This record gives sequence, structure tokens and C-alpha cells, in this order.
Amino acid sequence: MTERSIISLDQVDKVFPVGDGKFYALKQIDLNFEEGEFAGLVGPSGSGKTTLLNVIGALDKPSRGRVSVLGQDVSQLRAKESAHLRSEKLGFIFQTHNLLPVYTVYENIELPLLLLRTPASERKKMIMETLEWVGLTDKWKSKPNKLSGGQCQRAAIARVMVKRPQIVLADEPTANLDAENSHMILKTMKKLNQELKTTFIFSTHDEKVIQYLVRKITLTDGKVTQDEIVNKLKESR
Amino acid sequence: MIYFLCKGLLRDRSRSLIPFLVVTVGVALTVLMEAWISGAVGDIIETNAKFKDGHLKVLSRSYAEQQSQYPLDLSLTDTQHWLQILRQKYPSVNWQMRIYFGGLLDFPDENGETMAQGPVAGTGIDLLSPDSKEKEYFNLNSALVKGTLPQNPGEILVTDQFFERLHLSIGQSATLISVGMDGGMAVHAFKVVGTINFGVTGLDRGAIIADVSDVQEALNMIDATSEIFGYFKAGRFLKQQAMTISQMFNQAYSKPNDPFSPVMQTFLDGDIGQAMGFMDRYLAFILIIFVFIMAIVLWNSGIMNGIRRYGEIGIRLAMGETKNHIYFTMLGEALIVGIIGSILGTMVGLIPAYYLQEVGFDISSMMGSTTSSILISTIMRAQINSMTFWIGFIPGVLATGVGTLMAGIAIYQRQTAELFKELEI
Ligand SMILES: Nc1ncnc2c1ncn2[C@@H]1O[C@H](COP(=O)(O)OP(=O)(O)OP(=O)(O)O)[C@@H](O)[C@H]1O
Ligand SMILES: [Mg+2]
Repeated sequence: MTERSIISLDQVDKVFPVGDGKFYALKQIDLNFEEGEFAGLVGPSGSGKTTLLNVIGALDKPSRGRVSVLGQDVSQLRAKESAHLRSEKLGFIFQTHNLLPVYTVYENIELPLLLLRTPASERKKMIMETLEWVGLTDKWKSKPNKLSGGQCQRAAIARVMVKRPQIVLADEPTANLDAENSHMILKTMKKLNQELKTTFIFSTHDEKVIQYLVRKITLTDGKVTQDEIVNKLKESR
Repeated sequence: MIYFLCKGLLRDRSRSLIPFLVVTVGVALTVLMEAWISGAVGDIIETNAKFKDGHLKVLSRSYAEQQSQYPLDLSLTDTQHWLQILRQKYPSVNWQMRIYFGGLLDFPDENGETMAQGPVAGTGIDLLSPDSKEKEYFNLNSALVKGTLPQNPGEILVTDQFFERLHLSIGQSATLISVGMDGGMAVHAFKVVGTINFGVTGLDRGAIIADVSDVQEALNMIDATSEIFGYFKAGRFLKQQAMTISQMFNQAYSKPNDPFSPVMQTFLDGDIGQAMGFMDRYLAFILIIFVFIMAIVLWNSGIMNGIRRYGEIGIRLAMGETKNHIYFTMLGEALIVGIIGSILGTMVGLIPAYYLQEVGFDISSMMGSTTSSILISTIMRAQINSMTFWIGFIPGVLATGVGTLMAGIAIYQRQTAELFKELEI
């Protein structure tokens, strides 16, 4: 674990009971992530990408080993503490945007701030600023069903970014998007990564995403089989 | 946050409007049903209390034992004394003497020879005291078919059937031939001033109504009466109060070893009253089933609503809300819908219930008679009582709440990560 390491996994196994036996979704994972990384987990379907993100995000506990996120031992956290960690420090982006359909874009983005009890006076400024980052300023009053898929996904990113999380975990964020929207989303995230020093960890098998990655971690059958810096150049682009 | 959730609640029709309507309709039906059943039960009580059992009645212990035979010789004496005690001690009840008797009514012609005669069942009630409520209890004004109600001593009413069968005329004099309280023969002259319908075949064949003082005089009942009837001034049978009053009275005045001491009975001691206990339970059972069905419907809509929102639950967990918090906010939403729906449903249900209470539902055409009668009321009525106001909240609030509670348990049963799977679709 280095000085700037904000996530570290140490000999992590994740075992699911299957019938009478056990299924190792993750096997002896040793990984470190530093602040400001733009990393991706790649690998075939079923290789354990989502499982790994869930463990990092304190949604699931490792069966064995140690997972430390921002200095906290995830496997030791109680439900309330891990909820707290998610609320304050982590952001999740999913394949589907999961915006709440009854609320406007503005209100959807407001929800995490309400959960953090951010005072009303600060909320508005934070939301409008975030909408500007993702280029949705003119859509703030719209309901999700009036937006395109790409716009919804950008709103979902805004919902995560509005609370300035230290770590964003994105599980196949472009899987439902066309090429143009995928690039737009990735550029947005890259920009946020550089401007706010937010750490991004993706799970993907989308080539378009892989192009943007700085670090590419390959998973095969629950094991890390490759871990490489792919794009040092792009980091400074 | 609460404001935020309310906004969502208001905007999502399937979350608010539909459950709200279901609750409102369900509660309204429950409320109406309860009022209607209470009305039906109340009706049966009042009809029977009116003529036979009273809400309360006082009679001599020995008369009470052979009540079905109307044993006049066992009548209660010192009536004025007892009436005074009753009226003073239990002012929430109207106390009146009544005498049931039998006899032969003989109608002489102008020469004093018998023109017609027939057996009659007689009822002596207080017709002439200005504060007597008996005319109202007996519904005499609308049961009157011909002539007028008695205004003076010596005037009687006969049933219309009897009147027609014997070809009588209004103003006709009649002689009652009967057995007095002392066992001797009693003969008394009356004047027929009007005819009435009882609505009961047996009685309509031959019955008379006379003023109770006249009857006392005719049957040699000096300060005696077969029964003293009590009716709650509230207009309906009050079970708890009736039992307390009768207990108090009996403890104070009824002596088990003195057959002529008075005893007070409640409506529940009568035949119908005893059957009522069963009937009451039966109706309560119907009501419980109804409430139960409503509860299941509302509970289901609570569950459906919960399931529909798994996606939302997932995303809120991801944002760092705790399961408890999500659970409580959902429960809160359900309770808001349940409470408002129940309040509105109760109000909605009370409107037809009130109409059915005040106006009633006329079944006379179904019964084939157009004149109202003393015993059978042709108007079915609902009765709004204290229970009417809260019964709807059982299915309304409880069921909605429990439904959501059950739906919510699914949140706990599932692993957090599994709830997230819902988000990967
Ligand atoms: N709750 C569970 N119970 C049993 N097995 C599970 C469970 N969750 C995941 N698995 C198994 O663990 C393995 C890894 O799953 P995971 O979802 O992490 O794959 P993935 O790499 O994200 O795949 P994809 O690219 O299709 O999303 C799979 O074989 C899956 O069947
Ligand atoms: Mg996956």
C-alpha cells in the first residue's frame, strides 16, 4: 500500500455457494488504486468484474482477505457505516441510468444532497454547476422520459458527481449507448477525473471505453491476469 | 427530504392516486356496511323492544316467572311508588306503565242487546298524559287507519281488521268482559274512536289499545300494573347502561324470597334479546370478514407498490441511504396514503350512511302493504354509531401499513448486492 493508495485489496476471495459446492467469483485478488486513477476492469462475461466493483463499493463483503477503502476496512463495516461511506465518498454508475421517473433531472440530482443534508442554499449552486459539467443545463426541468438515453446517462453521472465523491465505480456505463453518446460520456468523465482528481474504476468490455483507460486490469475466472498502464499519454491529454 | 418524498408521492399516480382510491373506496364501503348492519340490528331491537320487551322493564318476580301467560293476578303493586323511584333514579329512561290483558269485546245495539262480539288482546298504555311518549313508541299516528286517537278517558282503538269484520262504526260503544286482577269478573264500557294496524296477523285479528288508567279501573287493578316499561331517551337500546341500571335496581329492591317484590329485566333477558347475542356475533363476524377482505386487497396493493419500486430502492441504497431509512420512508408514505384515504373514505361512506339513517330505505312495496304498522317498520335504516367513525381505519391504515411492511421485508431478505442486480437490466 503506497502513500497515495485509496483502495487496496489484499488476498481477496469472494465465494458464492452453488448447490452443495462453492463458486469462486474472485480469487486471491491483490490490487491497489491511487487517487485520480482512471482504471478499467476488463474480461469476459462472468469473469467477476461486477463482483469486484461491489466489494470495493462496500455493497458486498469479501469472503476472505482485506478490502480497505479510504482507510476503512470494508469487511468490518456495519450496514450503517457502509451506507455512510457510499453516501459521502463513493458514487455508482450503472448500465441503466436508473433516474427516478417521477422527478425532474434537477430533483434527481438533488436527492444525494438531501441524503447528505446539504443546506438548501448550497444545493442549487452545486446542482447547476454539475449540470454544466455534463452539458445538461437546459434540461434541468425535464423528466427522464423526455431525455435521450445519452442525456439520461449524463444526468446519472451528474447525480453521482454532484456530491464530489472521491471514487466513482461505473459498471458498464456505456453498454446501452451508441458510439457518439459513449464518447461524450467518456470525455465528460475523463474531464471530471482530471479536474476534480476523482478516481474512476470501470467495468467494461467496450472497446470505446478501453481506449480512454489509463490502466487496464484484465480479469479471467475471478483472477487478475493482467494489470498494465495502457495510456500514459492520454492522461495528460 | 420529506418534502422531496411527498413530491414523488403526489406525482406518481400508481404510488398515490391508485392506492389512495382503493383505500378510499374500501374504507367507504366498510363504513357504510358497518352503519347498515348496526341499523339492521338496531331495528330488530327496537321493533321487539317496542311491544314486548322494552329496553328495560320492571315486573313482580312471580309475574316474571310466568310472563308468557300474562298472569294479571301476579301484577306489580305500589306502582306509583316504583314509578317515582325509577323516574328519579334513572332519568335517562322514560318509565311507563303497561298492562297486557285479554277479554271479550261486546258491542251492544241501541237496545243494549249484543250486536257483535269477539275476543281481543288488549294493551293498556299511557295515552292521555301530556308527557307520555307511548304514542310515539307505538307509532300510533301513522298506524292509525280510521278515526282519531283517544283524547278522553274511556276511548279505545281497535284493529282495523276487527273493525271491518264486525261491521263496527267510529263512536260505537263497547263493553269489555274480562277477569280482574282479583280473579272476579270485570266489565267496563268503552268507546271506539279509531282503528289501527299492528302489522302482525295474530294481533290484527282482534286487539285493542286503551289508556292504562282505564284498564286499571276496568280490571280492578288499584295502583297495580302488569309491567313498567323503560325506554332510553336516547332512542335506542344502550346495552351497557341497561345492564348497569338493572343490576343496581335489582340489588336495591328485588328480594329473591319475596315473589311480589319487583325485578328489572333488560331487553337481553327477553327471547329476542337472547337470540340477539347470537345475532350480534353473527353480524360482527360478517363485518370482520368484510374488513379482512378489504385488508387483503389493500395489503396486496401495498406489496405490489413495494415490488414495483425495487429499482428505486436499489439506487437509493447505492447513494448511501440505509435500508432502515428507505423502509421507514416507504412505510411513512403508505401511512400517509392510508390515513388520508381512510379519513376521506370515512367521510365518503358517512354520506350514504347518513342518508340511510335519516331517510332510510322503504321496503313497504316489497312487503305488499302500504300502511305502516306498529310492529313492523317498513323503512330499513342505517345507524351511525361511534364505531362507524373508526372501523374504516382498520382496513385503511392497518392493512396499507402491513402490506408495505411485508413488501419491505423483502428489502431486508435480499442481499444489498442482489438489489443492485435489479439495476443491471
Ligand atoms: N449472488 C451470486 N450467487 C452465485 N453466483 C454469483 C452471484 N453473483 C455472481 N455470481 C457468479 O459470479 C461470477 C462473476 O459474476 P459477475 O457478475 O461479477 O461477472 P461480470 O464479470 O460482471 O460479468 P458481465 O460482464 O456479464 O457483467 C459469475 O459466474 C456469476 O454467475
Ligand atoms: Mg457485470
